[in-house]
Amino acid sequence: MAKVVVVTSGKGGVGKTTSTAALGAALAQSGERIAVVDFDVGLRNLDLIMGAERRVVFDMINVIQGEARLTQALIRDKRMENLMLLPASQTRDKDALTGEGVARVIAELRESFDWVLCDSPAGIERGAQLAMHHADIAVVVTNPEVSSVRDSDRIIGMLDSKTERAERGQRIERHLLLTRYDQARADRGDMLKVEDVLEILSIPLLGIIPESQEVLRASNVGTPVTLHAPVSAPARAYSDAVRRLRGESVEMSIPSDKVGIVARLFGRRVA
Amino acid sequence: MSGLFALFRKRPTADLARERLQILLSHERASVGQEGLIITLREEILAVIARHIHVDRNDVQVKVERNGESSILEIDVTMPESVRALRV
Repeated sequence: MAKVVVVTSGKGGVGKTTSTAALGAALAQSGERIAVVDFDVGLRNLDLIMGAERRVVFDMINVIQGEARLTQALIRDKRMENLMLLPASQTRDKDALTGEGVARVIAELRESFDWVLCDSPAGIERGAQLAMHHADIAVVVTNPEVSSVRDSDRIIGMLDSKTERAERGQRIERHLLLTRYDQARADRGDMLKVEDVLEILSIPLLGIIPESQEVLRASNVGTPVTLHAPVSAPARAYSDAVRRLRGESVEMSIPSDKVGIVARLFGRRVA
Repeated sequence: MSGLFALFRKRPTADLARERLQILLSHERASVGQEGLIITLREEILAVIARHIHVDRNDVQVKVERNGESSILEIDVTMPESVRALRV
């Protein structure tokens, strides 16, 4: 049974697309069939972060309007054959994304994939609502910063009221993914701590992604950070998050990039 | 400069961030679906006033101030000359 996950946040620039790509690639490493879907009509970027920007021919709106079949629009990842991308339209009007059309595409994706990851646009408008509508699980990406936490709170409220599951009286699984976390700044009292954000938002923690130079490097080359620098702190944090998403119990830690030379040589995981 | 200031700073800024968020979100969560409440109050209060005196809509200010546990709804009505001249 396919699981549909929405990666959402309310606020822009907190790491939704980076996280969708990193989680998607990490999920694909198990061999399961993964689809990552860009819902940001007009401002698509998942293709760029995944390094597939030059291979986009059709997009989700083409599929919705019957101009292309889903199999034609899906782009297979160059590194992993079980990872596929459904791009958003860069030129079409946002209104072309209809509720009925999205429902059809998601239903079709459910049949051919094990996991469907939906990269939500920022905001709380229609695009964000469509991205979350069919989700079974929500990953709420939050930075340890006041405006991001406030917007996440708003999004959590919408997950509980505006999704298909909520409308059917079912609960949607919600997880917090705290990104760009800096333990040293939190220790100095200059940044909200993990516990502060958890206490305020009160949803379970999926992972803590430390602030790291590797994230920008990975986006420069168009490779999810989990594939580009697998032993880096953010990649290990994303991989742990994926194991938790699968229901494994993994002790929470904040990986550090300060890995000893020996550990680096042997690719050992050092928490 | 900021480093020197930090020496005398009493509380970490993150504490302030947490408190501000807690207060703000407790209000925002409570007011979901009540976005129109202030407007409704303003309109109904204006209607009551209008039954007795003529007040220009621009002379009515509605403000909400939130404190820790409570909110203050402040309605400021500038009385017209003709009414102000009356003795209350």
